[in-house]
Amino acid sequence: MNTPPPLLTLRGITKSFPGVLANDRVDLDVHRGEVHAIVGENGAGKSTLMKILYGFHRPDAGEIELDGRPIRLDTPHAARRCGIGMVFQELVQVPALTVVENIALFLPDLPVVVDGAAIATRIRETAERYGLAVPPAAPLWQLSVGEQQRVEIVKLLLADARILILDEPTRSLAPHEVDGLFRIFANLRRDGYAIVFIAHKLREVLACADRVTVLRRGVVAGSLRRDEATAAMLVSLMFGALVAEPVPRATTTARPGTAPILQLERVSVPPLGHGPGLAEIDLAIRPHEILGVAGVAGNGQRELGDVILGLEPCRRGTKFLGGEDATRWPVAKMRAHGVVFIPEDARRLAAVGGLTVLENLALGDTRRYARAGGFAIDWDAARADLDRALERLGVSIASPDRPIDALSGGNVQRVILARELARDPRLIVAFYPMRGLDVRSAMAARALLLRARDAGAGVLLISEDLDELFALSDRLIVLFRGRIVGSGVPAPPGGRPGELALDEVGYLMTGAERRARG
Amino acid sequence: MAPLIRSLLSGSIVSGTPLLYATLAELLSERAGVVNLGLEGVMLVGAVVGFIATVHTGSATAGLVAAGLAGGLFNLVFAFVVVSRRANQLAAGLTLMFCGVGLSALMGARYVGSQIVGLPELRVPLLADLPILGPALFVHDALVYAAVPVAAGAWWVLFRTRWGLSVRAVGENPVAAFAAGKDPRMVHYQVLFLAGVLGGVAGAHLSLAVARTWAEWMTAGRGFIAVALVIFSRWHPLRALAGALLFGGAISLQLQMQALGVPLSPFLLDMLPYVLSLAVLAVWGGRARHAVPASLGRVFQGTQ
Amino acid sequence: MADASLLRDSRLDALGRLAAPLGRFAALLTIALALFAAVLVLFGRNPLRAYADIFSSTLGSAYGVSETLVKMTPLILTALAAAVPSRIWLINVGGEGQLFVGALCATWAAIHLDGLPSFLLLTIMAALGFLGGGLWAAIAGGLRAGGWVSETISTLLMNYVAILLVNFLVFGPWKDPDGVNYPQTVEFAAGAILPMLGGTRVHLGLVFALVATIVCAFLLARTRWGLEVRAIGGNAEAARRNGIPIERYVLVTMLIGGGLAGLAGMAEVSAIQGRLRPSLSPGYGYSGFLISWMAGGHPAGIVAAAFVLAVITAGGDILQMTQALPGSVVNILMAVVLFVVLARQAGRP
Repeated sequence: MNTPPPLLTLRGITKSFPGVLANDRVDLDVHRGEVHAIVGENGAGKSTLMKILYGFHRPDAGEIELDGRPIRLDTPHAARRCGIGMVFQELVQVPALTVVENIALFLPDLPVVVDGAAIATRIRETAERYGLAVPPAAPLWQLSVGEQQRVEIVKLLLADARILILDEPTRSLAPHEVDGLFRIFANLRRDGYAIVFIAHKLREVLACADRVTVLRRGVVAGSLRRDEATAAMLVSLMFGALVAEPVPRATTTARPGTAPILQLERVSVPPLGHGPGLAEIDLAIRPHEILGVAGVAGNGQRELGDVILGLEPCRRGTKFLGGEDATRWPVAKMRAHGVVFIPEDARRLAAVGGLTVLENLALGDTRRYARAGGFAIDWDAARADLDRALERLGVSIASPDRPIDALSGGNVQRVILARELARDPRLIVAFYPMRGLDVRSAMAARALLLRARDAGAGVLLISEDLDELFALSDRLIVLFRGRIVGSGVPAPPGGRPGELALDEVGYLMTGAERRARG
Repeated sequence: MAPLIRSLLSGSIVSGTPLLYATLAELLSERAGVVNLGLEGVMLVGAVVGFIATVHTGSATAGLVAAGLAGGLFNLVFAFVVVSRRANQLAAGLTLMFCGVGLSALMGARYVGSQIVGLPELRVPLLADLPILGPALFVHDALVYAAVPVAAGAWWVLFRTRWGLSVRAVGENPVAAFAAGKDPRMVHYQVLFLAGVLGGVAGAHLSLAVARTWAEWMTAGRGFIAVALVIFSRWHPLRALAGALLFGGAISLQLQMQALGVPLSPFLLDMLPYVLSLAVLAVWGGRARHAVPASLGRVFQGTQ
Repeated sequence: MADASLLRDSRLDALGRLAAPLGRFAALLTIALALFAAVLVLFGRNPLRAYADIFSSTLGSAYGVSETLVKMTPLILTALAAAVPSRIWLINVGGEGQLFVGALCATWAAIHLDGLPSFLLLTIMAALGFLGGGLWAAIAGGLRAGGWVSETISTLLMNYVAILLVNFLVFGPWKDPDGVNYPQTVEFAAGAILPMLGGTRVHLGLVFALVATIVCAFLLARTRWGLEVRAIGGNAEAARRNGIPIERYVLVTMLIGGGLAGLAGMAEVSAIQGRLRPSLSPGYGYSGFLISWMAGGHPAGIVAAAFVLAVITAGGDILQMTQALPGSVVNILMAVVLFVVLARQAGRP
């Protein structure tokens, strides 16, 4: 065994935030020409570790060596001087500026007067070498997530980074875009770049990484070479004793004959801002049914959800709720008729931070608790409802009179779930409901959705996670650029006509032609 | 008819010039993501300092330099409060306006009614002799002639230089700018100083070239009109040129109609620039949304 | 036993919560006064004399206190005008214009309906003042709700329009024919004058202001609408998704805020001026906005901050006389107080 010394070495990195020990004596070696995956549950300390590497956080203890020499990474600037670059989960770019300007901003050798044409040429050269196609003159907001990511990588390469850190790079990419990204990784590896990336999907990790390091609660649970690692080993390292219980495959109880709860007929919304709008959407959701919506983020999902909730007016077409024409109903009326909303991020889209848990509950339906024509609020009734709703979920919240801000993200989501499901919904609009939840919370939320469906609700489930959609949906539609480009019953590969297979959905999501059936 | 057109055109240019400098000042700050409602105060301080310096030195050029410096330094007070202390920009801006109103009144109290020569009018040889257009366009003070180059220069700096790129990046996404190794706070300080200089010059043009005297609160809301003009010009220096001329025209029209004895209350005519601002904003506002520097939106929504 | 100690603790807590900000406020005030003193010294004035003049004239006598209360009345109302919309992050800088329009509408009633019994006339004046200021502000609210113009800009610009409108009327159609050349309307009839309290110039407007403060606090804390307003203020996106009609609240809060400023205008024109004049307000609307900021929109804080600024404003009149300083010099003192408060509140939205 004659392994060269590592390019980058971390020893005993420790970082704590108030109340959390995010990284506890973490050791990590990164070699030249290595693709190194970091995996772990939410809150395992992956992001913190990456941010330390990039100089965003300063570790409380520990040493970092580059080529055997100790270095200090106190600022992102210092990290960049050491050739360490990072592609963030929320891309830190400037949407209003062009690709050239975004990259120019980052160049260490930028002259006082900017020569856009020269930079564009440099971008093209680097892009061609590694298969990173980007349009230099376009403003960034016009680019897809995949393209923006490629811009970030070009940026780092032009700024002479040798070590590239990527925080969940595959999160909003379609399957074939993921393959493209991994090919780029391979090209970069060939030229000696080191790549460190955070990943959530083990399939992807096993497909492209040379080495996998598993973090659990801030500690390195293990670090395996690709040829040593199996999915089962990684799972047991990530979760310890917890064995992921499989969610039973959804079996629909909807009878085809029943009248739909919600029906959209040729609904169109003009494109607004950066969104694609909606074009000629026809869909129906029946009781006892989960309708999954697949698509790459930004292909009309937000508009679809907003149109159904009444947040966005349908410019053309009609919307029926329980047989009534609800095209022009405002949100309040939709909600009064049993439509509820479960957001991706309850803290941002459903809960009001400064208000107490109880006040947040009352907000779900202020009219219901109003007394004396609105001059008073019946808090006792609200409290009783809250207790009942939480009991049904099997959760308890210590004090409903504290601001909801004081609860953890998972608990906020639970309170909002309790509030929304307590209203005996006829229709649930769930918008990336599992995003950002850890495995345990996500499983609980899935079970709740299934239970609500079995109780007779119709569910619109919007998600990017195909595995999740396939596990839960009774029927599936695929959105691309505001249109429904495919629909059917989700099925394993090679299913019958009228059924959708996973890989096929992946292609539809990205506008590729539906492949001929073999 | 010819003399009317001549004086209307000439008047639009003269009234539009301080508006243009003020608009460019606000435009720069807003491009960097800072709304400065205190521009009114900065202009007043520039106007009074420029005037006092001119009275004492006898040189309007010295007055202009003093006004620019005073405006820049005064705006640094605002910069300290909003950048280093991260106070609310709108409240701090209004406070700066009050401070400027009071400070300029205190400084200028002894100079009310003083006489100065003011900025000299420069005749452009040959062109000034053209009929109608000659006297309207080519007999003005140096600040008027400098207006177009300054606006073009502002465009060049913002869109063609490294510094301009970091200004825009900071205004759009300070986190991204920070990640790219820029220090948003340093950029803010630089921009706000420069904006203060421009605001001071704008005020000085009022006291040294237009009115040639000092009066309390002589800016009469021009600082606020400039804020509206920035939105009107959709954060673009060259469009600001057109906007300033249009609004200068509205002010000039009012003066002309009064001079002609049109039987319309001067107070109703005085409303013109303000109502015009509102109307223009209402028409453009919806469309301008996309051009708003992103971090500015957060100021107006109160999340910053 | 445990309960009792808990109770005592919470009471101590409440006391501490009250004492700490008060102490902080006093410290900030001291810094501000020192800074203003430095400015005065710089311009060759004696700051000690100036402060002595300010405080003896405002707090040193019963008359001084009553004059301070007179100034405080419009300040509380215009502060509420900014504070009510600020609950949903609207920035109403138009208190000055709304005050002028309120005064204008009340004046219309005072001039044209002077035959009515006093109680009825005053009620109509107050209602018109409220409506005038409210609708004036609601224009800005409508422009904002429709997504056309930021209310910050529109309210600022409309201040000038409102003041020019009053100028137009008092120089033109409403000018008192017997007023020589003074730009003012005829003097109001006795029935259009708000009752004064006990021989001073303190008038019923102060009661309006205090009642309005309490009513606003109650509406906000206890009612369904208050809950919805707090929800919009806390998280507008979530509120929208909960079916709360945000556009309607934009209009209503602007209407109420503008209405309160209009009420201030009605009270000024009726009780203090007795006729409509262009010199109706020395910038009460702007001061009110800043008071609301200093107090963070908190009702008790508004009353306290209004008191401080009333002392400064009333003191300004004195400085003008005793120190031959321009009246707007108090703007510096006010600005310095505000800068210190703003700089201290670092990071607060």
